[in-house]
Amino acid sequence: MKAKIVITPKKAVLDPQGKTVQNALEQMGYQGVTGVHIGKYIEIDLAPGADKAAAQQALNDAARKFLSNPVIEDYKLEIE
Amino acid sequence: MNFAVLQFPASNCDQDAVHAVRLLGHSACYVWHKENSLGDADAVIVPGGFSYGDYLRCGAIARFSPVMQAVKQFADNGGLVLGVCNGFQVLTEAGLLPGALIRNRDLQFHCEHIFLKTTTNDSPFTNKIPAGKILRVPIAHGEGCYFADDETLAKLKANNQILWQYCDASGNLTDTANPNGAVQNIAGICNERRNVAGLMPHPERASEPALGSDDGKWIFESIFAALETKTAAKAA
Repeated sequence: MKAKIVITPKKAVLDPQGKTVQNALEQMGYQGVTGVHIGKYIEIDLAPGADKAAAQQALNDAARKFLSNPVIEDYKLEIE
Repeated sequence: MNFAVLQFPASNCDQDAVHAVRLLGHSACYVWHKENSLGDADAVIVPGGFSYGDYLRCGAIARFSPVMQAVKQFADNGGLVLGVCNGFQVLTEAGLLPGALIRNRDLQFHCEHIFLKTTTNDSPFTNKIPAGKILRVPIAHGEGCYFADDETLAKLKANNQILWQYCDASGNLTDTANPNGAVQNIAGICNERRNVAGLMPHPERASEPALGSDDGKWIFESIFAALETKTAAKAA
């Protein structure tokens, strides 16, 4: 089993990396790009047969306390 | 007075902090991040550097070090804690200070002297800074852009928690004087109780004339004065 966590900057937070990449995409000629947000992707391997609901709860806790900073970031957790 | 200066793996301003405190006539000792106690420290400095390689987020891993539990307790008991640069990041991650430090708006690492306006003298970290004095101190960071949401900012202002702001040589809070895009030019803040403070600039690197500026010493002198007042009050 794997947990996948995607962390992105909150919309209200300045994202200079995203902005710079957006500008570069425009310069390269890609049109219609209205926003770029750069975050992090964390993949966590879980022991086979792990309890999915328990893992979900534990990882939500870890994501809030440690893996993301709720002041500046949002996260999405998926377990598969 | 005795200062505990924390050491995390990849702290690199710990020696500067110890040197500055000793030079200014007080004692300082190193406290390794695995320690559970701060000993008989009167104040704590969380120094600059790149604790744990800045992995995940700056300060995110250091805050879980055993010594940070002791720092939290020390702060809860009213002890004075100053975080410099990475130390400021550690204190925000630990929830001891509000807000967060994010990537500089121009994506550049800034290593230069800047000017600081002291927003209030009403704190143990600013009480000795001469009125109207603009401090010239260095910064050295890539992720020092202070961010807080509107609600937090309103609270910081209402409680007079903004201690230092980036300004030009004459003390004007201009956008060009803001090296990293920090909201409202904020360079340093304190908590509501006023015993924990953090700033991105390095006062310890500007505490003697040989370093090009000794303006940073005013921040240390403020802390010494606050501690002396506290000791006198205890003795009375």
